[in-house]
Amino acid sequence: MELEELNRIAADERAAQEQYRHRLLVCQAAGCLSAGSDKVRDALEDDIKKAGKHRLCLVKGVGCMGLCGSGPLVLLEPDNVLYQGVAAADAPEIVEHLDKQPVRHLRCPTDTPFFRRQVKIVLENSGRIDPERIEDYIAAGGYRALLKVLTELMPIGVINELTRSGLRGRGGAGYPTGLKLSTVAKAPGSPKYVVCNGDEGDPGAFMDRSVMEGDPHRILEGMAIAAYAVGAAHGYIYVRAEYPLAVERLNKAIRQAQKLGCLGPQILGTTFSFNVEVRLGAGAFVCGEETALIASIEGQRGQPRPRPPYPAMKGLWGCPTLINNVETFANIPAILRNGSEWFASIGTARSKGTKVFALSGKVKNIGLIEVPMGITLEEIIFGIGGGIPDGGRFKAVQTGGPSGGCIPEEHLDTRVDYESLRELGSIMGSGGMIVMDDESSMVEVARYFMEFCMTESCGKCVPCRVGTVQLYDLLTRFSQRSATRLDLERLESLCEMVRATSLCGLGQSAPNPVLSTLRYFRQEYLERMTDYDPRRAEEEAADGHDV
Amino acid sequence: MVTTFKINEMDVSAGEGETILDVARQHHIHVPTLCHLEGLTPVGACRLCLVEVKGSAALVPACVTRAAEGMEISTDSERLQRYRRMIVEMLFAEGNHICAVCVSNGHCELQALAGDLGMTHSRLGFLYRQKRIDASHYRFAIDHNRCVLCTRCVRVCDEIEGAHTWDVMGRGIQSQVITDLAQPWGSSSTCTNCGKCINACPTGALFKKSKAVGEMEKDTHFLGYIRTMREVK
Repeated sequence: MELEELNRIAADERAAQEQYRHRLLVCQAAGCLSAGSDKVRDALEDDIKKAGKHRLCLVKGVGCMGLCGSGPLVLLEPDNVLYQGVAAADAPEIVEHLDKQPVRHLRCPTDTPFFRRQVKIVLENSGRIDPERIEDYIAAGGYRALLKVLTELMPIGVINELTRSGLRGRGGAGYPTGLKLSTVAKAPGSPKYVVCNGDEGDPGAFMDRSVMEGDPHRILEGMAIAAYAVGAAHGYIYVRAEYPLAVERLNKAIRQAQKLGCLGPQILGTTFSFNVEVRLGAGAFVCGEETALIASIEGQRGQPRPRPPYPAMKGLWGCPTLINNVETFANIPAILRNGSEWFASIGTARSKGTKVFALSGKVKNIGLIEVPMGITLEEIIFGIGGGIPDGGRFKAVQTGGPSGGCIPEEHLDTRVDYESLRELGSIMGSGGMIVMDDESSMVEVARYFMEFCMTESCGKCVPCRVGTVQLYDLLTRFSQRSATRLDLERLESLCEMVRATSLCGLGQSAPNPVLSTLRYFRQEYLERMTDYDPRRAEEEAADGHDV
Repeated sequence: MVTTFKINEMDVSAGEGETILDVARQHHIHVPTLCHLEGLTPVGACRLCLVEVKGSAALVPACVTRAAEGMEISTDSERLQRYRRMIVEMLFAEGNHICAVCVSNGHCELQALAGDLGMTHSRLGFLYRQKRIDASHYRFAIDHNRCVLCTRCVRVCDEIEGAHTWDVMGRGIQSQVITDLAQPWGSSSTCTNCGKCINACPTGALFKKSKAVGEMEKDTHFLGYIRTMREVK
């Protein structure tokens, strides 16, 4: 297939859609679906037929539009009118008002900071295109980057472009993507594999889910480009089985791409061949750790092994393997299409581009957002997020899930990038962002995440298997207000030990929620100790002792 | 490729495939281990052999790490000893280890570790978990109360005997070693009754039925012998 053919498919698709005077885009991603958006879609289709407007109005299922907390969402194009909280019963009214003023009581204002302050790269198509039709993706410029790469660039050219862009791993650790590709490309051994990590499991995180559900072809295109760069002919997408819709849409996307020659043998008429298979995770959080994920794909028990050797050298079946997060792959087509300079112009000196966050908790606008790196936490929570609802007062924001930490009010002016968040004792993480108000107990937050780590520990290494249980038991004492000064000492020494000695990232980062709440909200722990004497603590503090 | 480096300020060299632990043992530098057993694939799970590398914040497991040229390794800092003692305390708190009634009393690697590390008691809360004993096999038995999940039985059965009767089930603190698909050992259709797992086990978790308190001595030298004989051909 050549560029002309891609252009023809795109032009046909656009023409087919533009022949409708109105287009109703109904969100069919997990959040809105759980609020009944599938029924809304059916009702709209029925009522349009009943009203005899089926030649005038197209109803199209799309991916996540972002404002998940106000779903089901329906976008009317080309008027750009967004309806929120739509029920199936609202369908006749929406259809009736197609040629009139928009339905006022359903209308969601789109000139708010939530919409204006976002910068969309990864989510540029999400909520705009039908994730179940490859033609819609091509009409939005899809597979152009792959064609350009295969016909104009050498593999090293792709790697250089990604290196110059400054893209870093979006799974949380922020490893430079270009460097990783270059390592896999240079690693001896064959075959080589490309693996996409879609085992998103942090509580409160649904970024990768939305991308897989809303724009699956983007991930396939990113993987194919990366495969060309490192010399791989086979790829796997590892998705947790709890995301059935993502699995269904990815599989559908793979079939469509193969049919059109965008995947499979001799892609787009070149000599490059690449195939992708979906592998399902069986519900273990630890399988998001790359070596455990690889073991799981191989059919082994999903537990991590010591690194080095890193998967780039010895990964899947002992072969060099490029493993990246969904969001990382989703950035690649845009970078190759628009150039590394464009990408590098967004963000901060060391963190480039954008980051998708799943904003949840005590915040007005709950949903999925994409913001440029370097934006402050305050702009995210109070600008885009709209602040704390019901007159509540902000207390802390949790980033990075069970591996991250709680950031208090005094650090709200922090700019979001990998280094700044780490300095605060949290991490960027994969993008979960949970806002808490002054009703939340920080000890309970720490205890919740420790319980999560305890139940998700694989049990291989002693510090994580036993240490998380001991930490959980200690936190329970604080929660029950029966802790003592000795328990606080034990808590701190155990945190230090588990962090330093655990085998993989799960154990090494499990103490983070405890350590960060101890750092910023120590008083809450002290108040829960039976032998805490505020007066004595004051005297000791004055003498320079740590309480 | 041979690399030269330092362990506790002593100049040493490592050949192709030799780990920090191999080299340390050649020079009689004691590095405690539990899940490691010469002749089996190392897994780096017990974390007792963690050592410090100068200039790096991360600790590395000596059993699986090859030293790079010029590395300066320290094996017994105050910090490492503190961590090791905590690991052993964790194991004692996790299981139900009562040496006085154990078949391996006096011949137990866990007991010896506790002694070496100067552990007199566990500062951690004992978990007192209900664990089972499987005595359905006609010659052997497993007491899960004494199991430290080192997986030496799993590896010796898979890698040396080739039976793969043992495996691990469950996750986190609920993990346990199992025979076949969590069936009673005595009904196992894969077990060859070879007894390698008994000898590979560092504690009294796996034992011969004929042994009374303190009588179960383990012999792991057969592993080196088997490996040598297989390589000689």
